[in-house]
This record gives sequence, C-alpha cells and structure tokens, in this order.
Amino acid sequence: MQNFASEISAALLLILKGDAELWAIVLLSLRVSLLAVLISAMIGMPLGAALAVGRFRGRRAVIVLLNALMGLPPVVVGLLVYLMLSRSGPLGVLQLLYTPTAMIIAQVVLVTPIVAALTRQVVEMLAEEYSEQLRSLGVSCLASVPVLLWDARLALVTALLAGFGRAIAEVGAVIIVGGNINHVTRVMTTTIALETSKGNLALALALGAILIGIAVAVNALVSLLSLRAEQEGLSHA
Amino acid sequence: MRDLTADTMGTLEARGLLIGHNGSTLLDVPRLLLDGPGPTLILGPNGAGKSLLLRCLHGLIVPEAGRVLQDGHNLGPIQKARQAMVFQRPVLLRRTVTANLDFVLRRRRLNRPARRVRIEELLHEGGLAAKARQSARSLSGGEAQRLAILRALATEPEVLFLDEPTSALDPAATQAIEKMILRASSRGVRIVMVTHDIGQARRLAADVVMMQGGHVVEHGPADEVLQNPRSEAARRYLAGGLLI
Amino acid sequence: MMLMNATRSGAHVTGESGMIGTWVRAGVIALGLGAGAAQAEAPFIVVQSTTSTQNSGLLDYILPGFEAETGIEVRVVAVGTGQAIRNARNGDGDVLLVHAKAAEEEFVTEGWGVERFDVMYNDFVLIGPKSDPAGVEGGQDIVAALTAVAGAEVPFASRGDDSGTHKAEMRFWQAAGIDAGAASGDWYRETGSGMGATLNIAAGMGAYALTDRATWIAFGNKGDLEVLVEGDPRLFNQYGVILVNPERHPGVRAEAGQRFVDWLVGQDGQAAIAAYQLEGQQLFFPNAQVRP
Repeated sequence: MQNFASEISAALLLILKGDAELWAIVLLSLRVSLLAVLISAMIGMPLGAALAVGRFRGRRAVIVLLNALMGLPPVVVGLLVYLMLSRSGPLGVLQLLYTPTAMIIAQVVLVTPIVAALTRQVVEMLAEEYSEQLRSLGVSCLASVPVLLWDARLALVTALLAGFGRAIAEVGAVIIVGGNINHVTRVMTTTIALETSKGNLALALALGAILIGIAVAVNALVSLLSLRAEQEGLSHA
Repeated sequence: MRDLTADTMGTLEARGLLIGHNGSTLLDVPRLLLDGPGPTLILGPNGAGKSLLLRCLHGLIVPEAGRVLQDGHNLGPIQKARQAMVFQRPVLLRRTVTANLDFVLRRRRLNRPARRVRIEELLHEGGLAAKARQSARSLSGGEAQRLAILRALATEPEVLFLDEPTSALDPAATQAIEKMILRASSRGVRIVMVTHDIGQARRLAADVVMMQGGHVVEHGPADEVLQNPRSEAARRYLAGGLLI
Repeated sequence: MMLMNATRSGAHVTGESGMIGTWVRAGVIALGLGAGAAQAEAPFIVVQSTTSTQNSGLLDYILPGFEAETGIEVRVVAVGTGQAIRNARNGDGDVLLVHAKAAEEEFVTEGWGVERFDVMYNDFVLIGPKSDPAGVEGGQDIVAALTAVAGAEVPFASRGDDSGTHKAEMRFWQAAGIDAGAASGDWYRETGSGMGATLNIAAGMGAYALTDRATWIAFGNKGDLEVLVEGDPRLFNQYGVILVNPERHPGVRAEAGQRFVDWLVGQDGQAAIAAYQLEGQQLFFPNAQVRP
C-alpha cells in the first residue's frame, strides 16, 4: 500500500501518454452517453413541456411517477432491457444485445425521466410567468411548448448535463446489456469495474480520475453557461 | 396603413358580466359601451375589479355570465386577434429586443424583408434602436415596458389594453410611455387602460370609467367625471378619500 | 456513427416479430445508430464465460491466435458460471466456456447445448490472512480446513452468486457437514459478487476465501492474504466448452461457434492454453482429448 500513490501516478501517466486502447474506451463512453442524452432530450423535453402546460386527469400522478423514475436503479433497468433484447425476448430478433446500441437504449431509459422531470419543473415555472402574455398573443397551449422550451434553454442545458452525468457514470445497466466486451462494449465504468475485480486498484482509480475529469469539465461548462446567462440577463430572475 | 386621422376603431361592449368568488361579487357590469374616440381610462381603488374587467374584455378570463362584443360580434379568435394587452410587469421573452418583436411578426406570417422594415419602424417608435441586439431581460423597467408596448403594437391591434403600465416607473419613463400611447390612439387604436393615477387619467383620458367593489359607478367624458363626479364614490376617490 | 456492431445478415426474421423488427431496425438506423456495412458483416461469436478466464488474462492471450487464423472475432461476456449458463439458455451466446461440470451436463441433457468437451483445468485454493487465526496453513484437506475456519468463527468471504467457485465451495461445506449459511452475516460473509470483488473484500477484512488459482495469481490486490491450503484432489477445477444448440436458438452462429470449440479442444488451442504463464506460473492445464 505504501507506493499506492506512485502506482496511481504511473497509471495516470500511461493514460495521458495516449494509450490507443484506453482512448477508444473513453471515446466509446462519450459516444454512447452523448447519443443517449441526445435521444433522451428528443423524448424527454417535449414530454416534460407537455406535462408542464397540459391539463388532464391524472397529471399529478404522472408527475409523481416521473419524479420517482429519476431514481430508477440502473441494474433493474439493465435487467429489463436485457430481457427485452435477449434472443428469448420480444426484441431478440434485432440482435442488439451486447452492442453499444443496447447500452444507449439502457441509458436512454435511465436519463429520459431525469430530462423530462427537470424540463417539467423548469417549463412549468416559466409557463406561469408567460401564460397570460402568450394567451394574449394568441399562442395556443400546444404552440407554447416550443416557445417555452426555447426560452428555458439555459436551464434545460443544465437538465441535459445532469442526465449526461448519470449516463456517463453509470455501470450497472451497461455491464448487463453491453457485456463489457473488449473493443466492442467496454466503456470507462465497466473497465473500472473490471480492473477493480482484477485487483488493479491503482489503474481503476486512475481511470476513475479521468471519469472525474470529464465530470469536472461538464460542470465547468454548466457554470460557464450560467455565468454567461447572468451577464446577458437571460437568467430566470 | 391607417390614416392618421382615422376614427378610433373597434367598439367594445360588455353585457351582463358577472364574476363571483365564495359568495362575494368580484365583478358585476350590466352594460358598458366603449365607442367614443380617444383613450378610455379605468380608475378606481385596489380590488375595484379594474384588472378583472380588462381581462374579461380581452378574453383572458371567461366570466360566469355575460358576454363581450367587439364591433357587435361575440369575442372569438378573430376578435381576440385584433386585440393586444400590456401587463403591469412586462413579460418579455428571454431573447433579444429584436427577437421579441420578430416573434409577433412571424406569427403574422410576414416575410423576412417586411419584418425587417417593421422592426426598424417599431424600434424607432419606442426609442430602442440602440438596444436592438441586447437581451430583452437586460433592459431597464421603462425600456422593458416600451418594448412590451411595441410588441403589442406589432400585432396591429384595433384595441390595446394596458394594465397599469407605468405604476412602477419614474416620471420620465412614464412620460415616454404616455407619448407612445397617445400616438397609438391618434392612429386610431382604441386604448383601454387601467390606472391608479388620477393625474395620468387627466393627461390621457377621453372618457373615464370609475369602478368600485366590482361595479362601474360612473362612465362618461373625462372632464365631466373628473371635474364633476355624479356619484359619491367617485367624488371621494378623486378627493383622495378612502373607499371601503 | 459506427456504434451498432450487430450483424444484420444473421437476423432471424419470421412473421410478425420480423415485421416489427424491420420497423424498429429502420428506426434505429434512422436515428443514426446504424453500423457501417463493413463492420456489420465481420463474423463474430459471443462466448459466455466466467470471470476467471478473463480476469486471469487467459482469453486475452489465446484469442488473438484464433481470430488471426479464422477471421472470427470472439466477444467474451465474463460473468459467474451460473449467470453464464442462464444467458446461454436464453440464447444470448453462441458458446459456453465455464467450470461447473454437473450444471454443464444438465445444460446439454436439457437440450440447450450440443455437446460438452473438457478443455482445461486448474485448481481451487483456500486463501486467508498470513496470521492464519484458524490455523489451517500447510494443510491439504480442504474439508478439514473449512471445519477449522467454522470452528474458529473467523471471517470467510463467499461468492454467494451461484458461480462455479461458489458451487465448489458449497460442496465442501456439505462434505464438512456445516451449514455455513446459518452463520451468514456473522463470520460467513456472502458477497454476491464476482471473484475479484470477493477477493477485494477478503483483503479488506482479513477473511478466508476459496478462489481458483488463476484468478488468485493474476489478482493485484493480495494485501495480507496468501495461499494456505492447496493440493487436495477435491480442489480440482475442470473447465468445459459447449456449443449452444442452434435447434433451440436459431440465431446461434453455429458454424463459427463450432470452429471455436474445435480450435479450443484441438492442438492449437490446447497449446495456446499451456503456453500462458503469469509471474512464471502456468495458470491453466489443457486436458481435452486432443483430436486430430
């Protein structure tokens, strides 16, 4: 244990030197999670906005459910997606199990509720402020959705980054549906899990440091955006 | 383009408006006809139902009973499209000044060159040309309200409702806005405006609607109502007395 | 985006599910997730295997030889033996490479697999803290050693995950006539995790644990632990390979899978297994009945 620190710095050095295999893993992580967030945004944002402006029976119940789904256990999602995509499952014919697409699907299931719930919150607050003005201008409930989404864009970026944070750091679901197959579905988190199980704790920690680095970069982006928003007076005062 | 000397357009009529809450009456207006030229100012103390009346006339609130007629037609989408409203606190889109105006012009399906020309005119009208690219949320209170009025005018309304648009502004900003309102009125836009400010009513009003407790207690030409109010309530309000 | 690597050529398309599949697939491709054609056509097989073959580095060592020779990519999903067998039963693999002979034979008998072949063996060892509070060091009798551990009530970390190693451990407890499960949460700790995670836990709390020798040698976080009991014939650990039955799962890549099975039990595969060494030690000993 005494030279643990030196082991970590050696591992970090190896990583920063540009180990091709490692960077392929980092890139796959980013690709899978970014695509998952993109798809979640396409589903979750209109859904959340519709929930914010729509008035229908059971709306409160849907909101409660959506908020609860933000905390979906990744392993449960992984199992559900596995059962769907398994050759014995209803979508087995697609042969998507153990592919990056399967991992994207699992992450979309995890991230969409986060994006939708946060969008609902942000848009509902904005809709309260805009409601009379938009109705005065003759903007219908449905037509107000894109207006509200656009005007809430800065807060929505934060929602997307929250979703991205969940996706990129998640291991339970992607290891089940991706299988952690070398060169095919091995991403940062599953590599960390693998190296930990091999007892290569220094390497696992060094990989974790990169993951944290990505998280820091993401958060820096958020604060930069909100800073800019404040300067432009676009923040929700 | 309208003739600058045009008559004020769009007669407005309210019939049997009724709104209650928990047994008390918030608004009870058997009949109100707005057909004269020049701005109509609605005066009265807090809770008199001024804003409620304005929202009923604009169709933002549907009364429990009664109806609103514009040019003799029930208030429908076509009639509402000929109305615009400016609120006490301007609600501006989180976009640039130009984009706030463009939003309305796009909805009117104007083509790009036409929109550009109209935006330039409007910015000039509101003295906001220098702020065109600035975020609307960064404007001062007076500028923001001017933009809200410009945006309302961009819809080319026949009727413009204003709900205490200057209540939070200093005298200079108030004056700029009053000028805009008078210019719109002179172009034939029917102005219906709520205010607390008796001085403002004197400066702007052609006719005055005096309200109290959800009722219209007096409606007539501005000099008559403001100089020689017939009702006791109006007299006391104008004298600065408390109305209970 | 070259993200989806599944072959489309091998899709088993029939009737309504095929129709749905086509539509969903069209949607997937429309979203830009579809794979480039070249990658989609590359032949590959999915091998359901155990963590020991992967964590020990064996597969990383031997597979490039097979892939170079045949052009068939081998995608390894490394889980516990129990889960590997369940996944294969669901048709989510073409070849099964695990170490629980009884369960493997049942898999074949029930018709999920074509035929089982011995591939190689290594052995299990009992590891524990150097201080050896149960006093089992140097012994050969695994049952006696476990009896001593239970008697001393010193911590024991069990996989508790229905893996091959866990199945072996349960056999030894049974032979000792000890109901270790009754002490669960007390001195008997069921991790419910893979071998590596269990070893990490054992290292952390100075517990005894049963592990296959390959994983142990390759394990990088031994801490204060060392091998205490080894050499009992009952610690023999046999690995077998089975082709998943294409009659049960028409999607199985039977031809490529069979080539892998043949290679593994053939001269080249057996030689590759024998050649793999870590820290100067051979980890797996090939013992297939070599066929010409």
